Amino acid sequence: MSETIITVKDLTRKFGDFTAVDAISFDVKKGEIFGFLGANGAGKTTAMRILCGLLSPTSGQAEVCGFDVYHQSEQIKLNIGYMSQKFSLFDDLTVWENISFYAGIYKMSKQEIKIAGESLLEQLELTKYRNRLIKSLPLGWKQKLSFSIAIIHKPKVVFLDEPTGGVDPITRRAFWDMIYKASSEGITIFVTTHYLDEAEYCDRISMMVKGRIAGLGTPAELKTRFKAKNMYDVFLKLARGTDNA
Amino acid sequence: MQPFIKADEITKTYGQTLALDRVSFEVNQNEIFGFIGPDGAGKSTLFQIMTTLLIPDSGSGSINELDIAKNYKEIRSIIGYMPGRFSLYQDLTVAENLKFYANIFGTTIKANYELIKNIYDLLEPFSKRKAGDLSGGMKQKLALCCALIHQPKALFLDEPTTGVDPVSRTEFWDNLTQIKHLGIPIVVSTPYMDEAIRCDRVALIHKGRILKMDTPQKIIAEFSATVLSLSNIDKHQAREAIKNLEGIESIFAFGDSLHITVSKDNSSIIDNLRSTLSSIIPDYKLSEITPDFEDCFLQLMKEEQNV
Repeated sequence: MSETIITVKDLTRKFGDFTAVDAISFDVKKGEIFGFLGANGAGKTTAMRILCGLLSPTSGQAEVCGFDVYHQSEQIKLNIGYMSQKFSLFDDLTVWENISFYAGIYKMSKQEIKIAGESLLEQLELTKYRNRLIKSLPLGWKQKLSFSIAIIHKPKVVFLDEPTGGVDPITRRAFWDMIYKASSEGITIFVTTHYLDEAEYCDRISMMVKGRIAGLGTPAELKTRFKAKNMYDVFLKLARGTDNA
Repeated sequence: MQPFIKADEITKTYGQTLALDRVSFEVNQNEIFGFIGPDGAGKSTLFQIMTTLLIPDSGSGSINELDIAKNYKEIRSIIGYMPGRFSLYQDLTVAENLKFYANIFGTTIKANYELIKNIYDLLEPFSKRKAGDLSGGMKQKLALCCALIHQPKALFLDEPTTGVDPVSRTEFWDNLTQIKHLGIPIVVSTPYMDEAIRCDRVALIHKGRILKMDTPQKIIAEFSATVLSLSNIDKHQAREAIKNLEGIESIFAFGDSLHITVSKDNSSIIDNLRSTLSSIIPDYKLSEITPDFEDCFLQLMKEEQNV
């Protein structure tokens, strides 16, 4: 059986009286594209912050890349990548400055940064734009660059928080080509999205409702289980409780 | 009837960047008019100009016959505007935000409660919660209430559903339809193609230019090619097998299937497609479908890139 990268068991997080994450359990395998879906306010961000080592759980267990979220959050941070639409690159730094800044945070040596950075620029065909300020680049480029930087240190897993929000349909599809490529190179992808066609591109999906995981499986399994013709129907049935299956 | 909202040849540049290129449109009283386009297309700039927050380089516009340059003060008091970025006071509660907006416009919540009732009922249980602690869908509902509290004559909503989950998006659009029926025209922008169909008319906007403007039904009907849906396949394998076949204009992933665009006069292309597929993926399913809005947008963007 393939290696497990994320193990979550009965993970719970409370804020005062409010239980944001309520005893969730799941595993994510190496190289898997795992879609983390749910309504606004269902607890996705809280769960994701715990797994990234940014927030302690109230109870339950979770391990990411073999490290415990309670005591080894610093090791977790070094072994994962993170990208969101809201927090990505520094507008007032150049392409190359952003690359070397992030790679430096991940404790890559100068030599490693040079090699990995040059190869990244080459793959994205951005070599001649290395000294351009980020703010002068089109959004689609920024998004691809931001993803490539999030995996420059070859993390075991990368967390993508709504990476394609607001992007045009062609760029969105090009972005998913990059996700597939990273996944085929063995990087595990943990992704949230509000585009339900993108949910279909994942190997497995977890659907969170009110702090709990209400559905977990491949897109085909979920559609069969909830007698739904597409992922929107699955989402509707789970998120609005029109079906108690 | 004179259109309620009018824009004529509006152009705006930021340094070297042409943000809006001679954009013209008209919106009637009983319409939801949608600007559909990706981030960076110029939607927000256009909204800021129409709501008198930004001055265009050239061109003109009016709302209820008030000029956006000369009569900006009057316009501000008769429109409701929801900016793209959540801009309510995060540290005030739901009820406090609403009261604040009512006060600014010299009115009260009570006087206008009927207009927001349907939406506010859903927010009521959280009235004492700080706006910053609301979920994305709830924040948008509150922002809509605040934009409506002074009974505006027109609404401008800039990407009101970005980052909102799909079911909350559907509910938000149900609210917009109700508001429209009260006689308030709505200009709304969205990056979600599936929301286009809920507008009365749409303008597809890309790189500051309107590529097409019509009812969504007509835009779909005028789609100049045939769209085939290919399912029950390994998408990667299928794409590799067919991508170089003659006559195929585009292949795009749509959920669990591929949408393949071919020209109208196509029987030999489809025969060829079928025979190629059956030799490697015997269980494939291929059928002609009515294109959806995203197909149309993808096609238009591709044509743009080829020009």
